[in-house]
Amino acid sequence: MDIDLITNILYAMIRTGTPLLIVALGEMVCEKSGVLNLGQEGMMLMGAVAGFIATWLTGNLFFGFLMAIVAGVVMSQLFAMIALGLNANQVATGLALTIFGGGLSAFIGSSFVGKPIEGLEVIAIPFLSDIPVIGKMLFAQDLVVYLSFVLFGVIFWFFRSSRTGLIVKAVGENPHAANAIGLPVMRTRYLAVGFGGAMAGLAGGYLSLAYTPLWAENMTAGRGWIALALVVFASWRTERILLGAYLFGLASILHLVAQGLGFAVSPNLLAMLPYIATVLVLVMMSRNQGRSKMYAPISLGKPFHAGA
Amino acid sequence: MFLKLVPRAEHSRKMAYLSPLLAGVLTLITGGIFFYLQGHDPLFALKTMLYTPISDTYGLAELCVKTAPILLCAIGLAIVFKAQVWNIGAEGQLLIGGLTASALAVNIIEVEAAWALPAVMLAGIAGGALWALLAAWLKTHFNANEILTTIMFNYIALNLLIFSVHGPLKDPDGYNFPESAMFGDASLLPVLVEDTRVHAGILFALLAVVVIWVLLARSFIGFQIKVLGLDASAARLAGFKDKKLVWIAMLISGGLAGLAGAGEVAGPLGQLVPQISPGYGYAAIIVAFLGRLHPIGILFASLLMALIYMGGEMAQIELNMPLAITGLFQGMLLFYLLACDVLIGYKIKFPWSGMDTVTSRVEQQ
Repeated sequence: MDIDLITNILYAMIRTGTPLLIVALGEMVCEKSGVLNLGQEGMMLMGAVAGFIATWLTGNLFFGFLMAIVAGVVMSQLFAMIALGLNANQVATGLALTIFGGGLSAFIGSSFVGKPIEGLEVIAIPFLSDIPVIGKMLFAQDLVVYLSFVLFGVIFWFFRSSRTGLIVKAVGENPHAANAIGLPVMRTRYLAVGFGGAMAGLAGGYLSLAYTPLWAENMTAGRGWIALALVVFASWRTERILLGAYLFGLASILHLVAQGLGFAVSPNLLAMLPYIATVLVLVMMSRNQGRSKMYAPISLGKPFHAGA
Repeated sequence: MFLKLVPRAEHSRKMAYLSPLLAGVLTLITGGIFFYLQGHDPLFALKTMLYTPISDTYGLAELCVKTAPILLCAIGLAIVFKAQVWNIGAEGQLLIGGLTASALAVNIIEVEAAWALPAVMLAGIAGGALWALLAAWLKTHFNANEILTTIMFNYIALNLLIFSVHGPLKDPDGYNFPESAMFGDASLLPVLVEDTRVHAGILFALLAVVVIWVLLARSFIGFQIKVLGLDASAARLAGFKDKKLVWIAMLISGGLAGLAGAGEVAGPLGQLVPQISPGYGYAAIIVAFLGRLHPIGILFASLLMALIYMGGEMAQIELNMPLAITGLFQGMLLFYLLACDVLIGYKIKFPWSGMDTVTSRVEQQ
């Protein structure tokens, strides 16, 4: 294996891992507040289609990403209205969000399939991007990848050192105690769900505006679900989400590695790898029931009633 | 919020039945508004979607063709959902059922004996059941969340299917199309009504409705499954083997979905193709909820879902709308259902009606 191949694999690993990183960070914040939103896939698809259409109409990528985020937030608030406002089952509501998002995005995107746009450009940082092997991977990426590094840092700090982060965790662990000391449980949860939506929308936009600049039905291909598994894999810890996202990025581009090494394996079989990896990771992380329960927010998925 | 939810003293049975109807009406209204915004006459558009497809014998026959796989998947989901096991994998189990059934069928094309068809069906059932058991095993032995594993198995199944039609199961005389050879006549489901595509699959589905109904309402296994779903610790305390029950529920659910897949390849398709299912397995989740996890409710909900599929196709032809309108209506229906289901456990108190306050307070206590 030559150095160029390694450099390119590492570069592609980051690019492929970035949407996973962004969604998974958003979902982690949401779950830390005690809300399980299985609708990531639906929010991502809406982000992808909204971002694409906005960019195609205006030619402005920034506006596209903005609309992707807005679409994600709107979808997340639809979930919040039903799951938090009406106390509906979070699992079923999340599923509904995914089915609805899939249908709606396919519907409004149907006349945009196959249309070309100019994707997000790579911005190579002078000197740093020339570092062998890791230069291209870390310093010759597009703006959203750099943004994802920043988002990672902010969320890491948020849960480690900020007071608001502590509130989010308190609301997810014991909403009744949090409510009793006057913390705004419901508002925190709405905001956390909204943040998750913004991140899912951004990740969807990344797929349709940068990763593969086009729109196709169901183009997220299960990434929203993989991100949900990533949160379990990461035991709700920010630094592990980063690790997991890039590991999955690597698993998704193994066909490149195989080609580079001269293996002839069916692309359809290799396409299964990220999904198989997800199952294996879930099995590994969940095997010890006591341990996996220790890390999960205690009130995850449970509705909250101020009066009860 | 301007509306207040007041918990009911006990769950309302009436609302449990009314909620799907209410959700249907709200979906129709929203759909109408939606068509209007798209520049169509809303009533005409809704009629085109929901009445025109079944206005003749051929349409009714097609309704049966589409109902069969949805009903088979949904009736199986009724059991797992009753056990509070969230099998989202009916789609993958259906695909694997179609795949295993085809793997057998293309190897016995020459066989004319009567055992061919039952063997193909059993192969489908076995494939779907094993695919579901894999997730059950990971759940009971490794504690892996079945929602995520079954979803992953859906994607894996789809890739396996695509691999198979491009590889081992591709018709060697098929001009390189990603399709299997046509099955032998002895492996095909008999057509029930001449000049239509109605095949025996709908009979399997109706039989499944009866069997599952009896199982849930009259059998000890069904009772155990329901107790497990209502209160897992109570089930364990009563000495029910919870892991075994999860396995049984998943086995039945996966087997029925596998049968649905076998019915598609040996029925209307007659061969294995990459697109066996336009998301029947996902639609079945909505059907199961809409039918209140009750076999009769699920029967009606399956007919409605099949109609929405046909309506989407009709809207594409007649109104020049994207086929994705089917998914849009499905999603809306499920959302409205979940929202309306709130009325089962809660009463809505409007800000302008103050008089309920006392009674609802009493109920709350």
